[in-house]
Amino acid sequence: MLYTNLKHLESAADLKKAISENENVMVICGRMGPMCIPVYGIAEELEKEYPHVKFYDMEFDNPESHIIRSLPEVRGFMGIPFTIYYKNGKVVKATSSIQTMVQVRSILDKEFAAKVNA
Amino acid sequence: MNARSHYDAAVIGAGPAGLTAGIYLSRAKLKTLIVDEGIAGGQMVLTHEIANYPGIESISGYQLSNTMKKQAAKFGCEIRTNISIRRLELSGHVKRLILSDGTEYTSDAVILASGGRPRTLGVKGETEFKGMGISYCATCDGDFFSDKEIIVIGGGNSALEEAVSLTKYARKVTIVHQFDHFQAFENAVEEARNNNKIDFIMESEIASFNGDMKLESVDIKNLRTGEIKNFRTDGAFIFIGYSPNTEFLKGIVDLNQRGEIIVDTNMQTSLQGVYAAGDSIVKKFRQVTTAVGDGTIAALAASAYINELKVESKKLVNV
Repeated sequence: MLYTNLKHLESAADLKKAISENENVMVICGRMGPMCIPVYGIAEELEKEYPHVKFYDMEFDNPESHIIRSLPEVRGFMGIPFTIYYKNGKVVKATSSIQTMVQVRSILDKEFAAKVNA
Repeated sequence: MNARSHYDAAVIGAGPAGLTAGIYLSRAKLKTLIVDEGIAGGQMVLTHEIANYPGIESISGYQLSNTMKKQAAKFGCEIRTNISIRRLELSGHVKRLILSDGTEYTSDAVILASGGRPRTLGVKGETEFKGMGISYCATCDGDFFSDKEIIVIGGGNSALEEAVSLTKYARKVTIVHQFDHFQAFENAVEEARNNNKIDFIMESEIASFNGDMKLESVDIKNLRTGEIKNFRTDGAFIFIGYSPNTEFLKGIVDLNQRGEIIVDTNMQTSLQGVYAAGDSIVKKFRQVTTAVGDGTIAALAASAYINELKVESKKLVNV
């Protein structure tokens, strides 16, 4: 079980629903380990700052996470967490292993640039 | 001076030492700010299970970190995480702290509790292949290397214990170490030597990590002969100890040769009003409990210092 403060995806159906209902989605698929926890912490920190992005986690050892582990974008990944960024249901970026706040922010800014309200 | 940005105490680092200092200072009604460039909890947050924290039979590092953070916040401590320090001025009576987002804070006292981090090799390819063959956590990533041939770099307890643990997955594990002997405890060395899946390359270091999209080989330099050989590998696990997070303090407070902060028994550094606690100070044993103890002492000493300043300031007003 992932005891983070993020919303949890328990099944492949949950993930499909999340990416179909939200334009910008970040999913961290990992365990409660030293490479994953900092990334959950960063996402928790950024939730308020990026209201136009939905942040989720998914347990790597949950068989349902096959939906992430079988993505072509994660082929060759050998370090958790697998962090996937979806825009309009499509994968636009995927990273392997621990990331820094600067790295995550840079991806969010590039892939999910906030709409400028006219 | 902007009154809103002035604190009685600023704590740099939100690990167990910094959070404990925050709890004590805030509970003493001192306006306290904690700043950390990562998430709250420091190395403690990364610990799967803590079973030797007195009074708690077993708890995850994540939960204990969150509880400490909530406890500090409950007493009024402000905590800013995932933000780095751009500039630090600690020599004057008023300490000044400028963060990467340009925010400026001042305080009467500062507690340095910046902790430590796993060391990296800093050689070519290390950053490029992180998560693509290079890992710093056997428990996290070991299963990606089932039936593969991997190397483990290091010669301390972590390196040898993790090498043994990785033999559960890997077909072969080769330990690469820079010295002709190990720093690990004898039982860890013996266990590794008795494991027929483990080989050793001694007096050698990694010159580069190579591959195309993923790690495929390493160049290993023999430190006695200088010869460099290419060694095919599917993965590399790096366990070469911890470094104190004190680079930003060079030239500001006294550090020893290892970069650890020199403190006295009250956790005071070479500067008046500046204290230090936790894994970044000179000490032999680095545990959550010792960090908590350091944080307590530093906070109590800083409280006494701040209260003295307040008394002095009142005297001056009354003259």
